[in-house]
Amino acid sequence: MKAVKIIDGLYWVGAVDYDVRLFHGFHLTTPRGTTYNAYLIIDDRIALVDTVYGPFAGEMIEKIREVIDPKKIDYVIANHVETDHSGAIKDILKYCPRAKVFCTQRGQEGLFKHYFENWNFQTVKTGETLSLGKKTLQFFEAPYLHWPDSMFTYIQEDAVLLPNDAFGQHYGTSERFDDEVPEYVLMSEAQKYYANILTPFSVLVAKKLQEIKEMNLPIKIIAPSHGIIWRKNPQKIITAYQQWANGQNDGSVLVIYDSMWKSTESIARQILEGILSENIPVKLIRSAVTDRCEVVKDILTARALVIGSSTVNRGVLPSVSSILDELEGLRFRNKVGTAFGSYGWSGEGPGLIAERMKKAGLEIIAEPLKIKWVPDEPELKASYQFGQKIGQLLKK
Amino acid sequence: MDKYKCTVCGYVYDPEKGDPENNISPKTSFEQLPADWVCPECGAPKDMFEKM
Repeated sequence: MKAVKIIDGLYWVGAVDYDVRLFHGFHLTTPRGTTYNAYLIIDDRIALVDTVYGPFAGEMIEKIREVIDPKKIDYVIANHVETDHSGAIKDILKYCPRAKVFCTQRGQEGLFKHYFENWNFQTVKTGETLSLGKKTLQFFEAPYLHWPDSMFTYIQEDAVLLPNDAFGQHYGTSERFDDEVPEYVLMSEAQKYYANILTPFSVLVAKKLQEIKEMNLPIKIIAPSHGIIWRKNPQKIITAYQQWANGQNDGSVLVIYDSMWKSTESIARQILEGILSENIPVKLIRSAVTDRCEVVKDILTARALVIGSSTVNRGVLPSVSSILDELEGLRFRNKVGTAFGSYGWSGEGPGLIAERMKKAGLEIIAEPLKIKWVPDEPELKASYQFGQKIGQLLKK
Repeated sequence: MDKYKCTVCGYVYDPEKGDPENNISPKTSFEQLPADWVCPECGAPKDMFEKM
């Protein structure tokens, strides 16, 4: 792929990672691959905003070369320390060793602690600007969106926001813009990205969006550091972020479970039918065979979670436990739920699930349902009624 | 006096130390902090803190 002109004087010079299927080591799934977006700004002085993951440094430099000689770069703007964006700074600085590296104070500390090099750093704070000639860059610190060092860069004259990981998606395609790809895929990947990465910082996302709104900054283009650039309708992703950050939901229920010998499964299916009978949208998810990151994506916009597991070794099945780990770490806002499961003797499962859901900030709206061995007819009926009751409680 | 932890970034408010950089003197309990006090580390509001 070649460098892509976004507007006059602004080029995408990043890299498409078509092959990556697991990200952050083995943490997140990226079935559509991803991109590392670096942006080159050509003016009287030349700035490179962010770089790419180290193994893609050559691709980035090749693209820069299509536009200018990399030796001419005056400034490297490092919006974020994480190695998928800073990994090629050392490679580009070989061409332009005197270029100034702009970042936040924490960015400087973090970059040093990643690469152990004393580059020509200049730290910036919110509101500070850098004139390139005709274009002016303005910086906004964005601590914890999603690392302490994160910042946004804004091109004033062009109303282009370069917010690094915010508004990004792991979507590795040859297309670069929102008007070139199917919107449902784009929004689904953006939601998955938000859910898995930004959820813990939702309260700060909401504050930052408010801050930007109050500044009345015109925003014509949002060019994040992963995936597709928003140029057709940047407000679409801003509105979505507002909704996700505020914990808005679609009223749906997720029944998430795993089962050993089908007892917990048959309870789950009765709960599903009971909830459906109240005309509440509901999805059944078997955690052991479902991509955990996709479940997290669905949780972001659900109203209620009904989580079930067989009791095993006085605890729950590992795939259910990993969903509970995610809930405790991500701390979704405005969720309710309860738990269920079959057991043979000790029967701690449902109680433990409810306890951990509570710890994760969910409100438990019904006493967990626990059934010994294989559910009989009355117990199946009770499971159905449990679902009905959940549906009724959600209507209140 | 109880310590409180920020659920966003993990910063711990220690009432013994207060938050002098933001004019909160030592020995100020979490409850006594003004309503508009925010986490000095990440900027999260007071209601994002949990008692330790």
